[in-house]
Amino acid sequence: MRRVDPRRSRAVLGLLVLASVTIITLDARRGVAGSPVDPLRTATAAVVGPVETAADRIATPIGAIPRYFGDVSELRSENAKLEAENAALQSQLRASDAAANRARELDGIATLADSSGFQTVTAQVVALGAAQSFSRTVTIDAGTRAGVVPDLTVINADGLVGRVLRAGPTTATVLLIVDGQSVIGGRLGNSMELGFLTGDGQVSDDGVLHFSLVDHTVSPRAGDVVVTWGSRNGAPYVAGVPVGSVVSVHSSPAELTETASVQPYVDFSSLDLVAVVTSSADGSSTAMEAAKGPSR
Amino acid sequence: MTTALRLLVVTVLVVVTITLQVSIFSHFSLRGVVPDLALLVVIAAALVRGPDYAALVGFATGLVLDLAPPADHTAGRWALSFVLVGYLTGLARREGDITVVGTLVIVAAGAFIGTSVFALTGLVLGEGGVDVSRALDVIPLTVAYDVLVTPLVIPLVVMLFRRLEPAERW
Repeated sequence: MRRVDPRRSRAVLGLLVLASVTIITLDARRGVAGSPVDPLRTATAAVVGPVETAADRIATPIGAIPRYFGDVSELRSENAKLEAENAALQSQLRASDAAANRARELDGIATLADSSGFQTVTAQVVALGAAQSFSRTVTIDAGTRAGVVPDLTVINADGLVGRVLRAGPTTATVLLIVDGQSVIGGRLGNSMELGFLTGDGQVSDDGVLHFSLVDHTVSPRAGDVVVTWGSRNGAPYVAGVPVGSVVSVHSSPAELTETASVQPYVDFSSLDLVAVVTSSADGSSTAMEAAKGPSR
Repeated sequence: MTTALRLLVVTVLVVVTITLQVSIFSHFSLRGVVPDLALLVVIAAALVRGPDYAALVGFATGLVLDLAPPADHTAGRWALSFVLVGYLTGLARREGDITVVGTLVIVAAGAFIGTSVFALTGLVLGEGGVDVSRALDVIPLTVAYDVLVTPLVIPLVVMLFRRLEPAERW
């Protein structure tokens, strides 16, 4: 049995708690200019980001192993050989299914990007934030080296995914639109009325967005399509990206405006390929203008 | 084994664990909840080496979890809760030997303390996304999931920490 000096032990605890609280205090005061902890974040992202990317690459084939884990080694008869062949063909078929899905997803992104005139960088989601963290963020495997910088719009074939919060050399962190801290300028597709979409912060399921209109004389109807409103510089959100459709409308006497629940088009539980919009329709680089800051 | 080598092994363990947690185990989430592998590493350190060492491992692990993508909360929150988990579970260990039931109880308590402290600091700081009802949803599920993966993770990590223990301490 080893002895632990209780006084030394308490001193260690005190120091570590103090260190944690100091970091929290420093980082909690982060403003527009960023936080003193940000260099540490970038450094950690530079190291851990590539590891996450590699782990995700490894994990994809691991998920496919059980399929090949048949009784192949025990098969001796002709019949069994045929069965194996059959299984191999079937798994090939399944694999080609996945590949076809992938291609379809890429096609979708390309179509969306083409039709809207966006220039995009495609990336894969390599890590997801857990519900224990109470936030909805993901890591993608494209960073500053691919031209990804903070405040760029992230889309996939279905619609708006979120925006880039910060970028490391090879990875970037994306805030999903369903996060409790996400606010998007939205526009009703049929009446062009403006409003704000906020994430409900639901950490488990797909989540819905709350949509409140600026003009309280207009009321949205179920089925109405909501697209992004966009700002002049296309940062953080470019205009005209489909966000979701209205599923229900609520009005309360306490509030002047009616709020609607909007179901996002994107399925956040199965995010895979996404595209970061690096430049919008007019050919101007949103990244550059975002760096210059708001001009209004 | 030199101190530098031991430090390197623990660093690699922490980075690999956190990567597994965010990149691979995130595919096996239950209503968004992922097993806290990083927390289990801290508890294993507490079981083998006691409160001091575990608090230190907890601080380092928590800080990496705070800073590594895709984290976006105020940095230091996981560090604070893992320091407390490491210290408290380290104290609990001294009352007896490592038993299966004892370990499961310690993991359940550690997971509860860790997630609760993290949620509480979020409430105090007014961070978006944290509210009491959501925390009450997430915390029991986290505790259950952590206890579920304990038999797979704790023995391995305990073995590793035993190997890393300096000879003069036996």
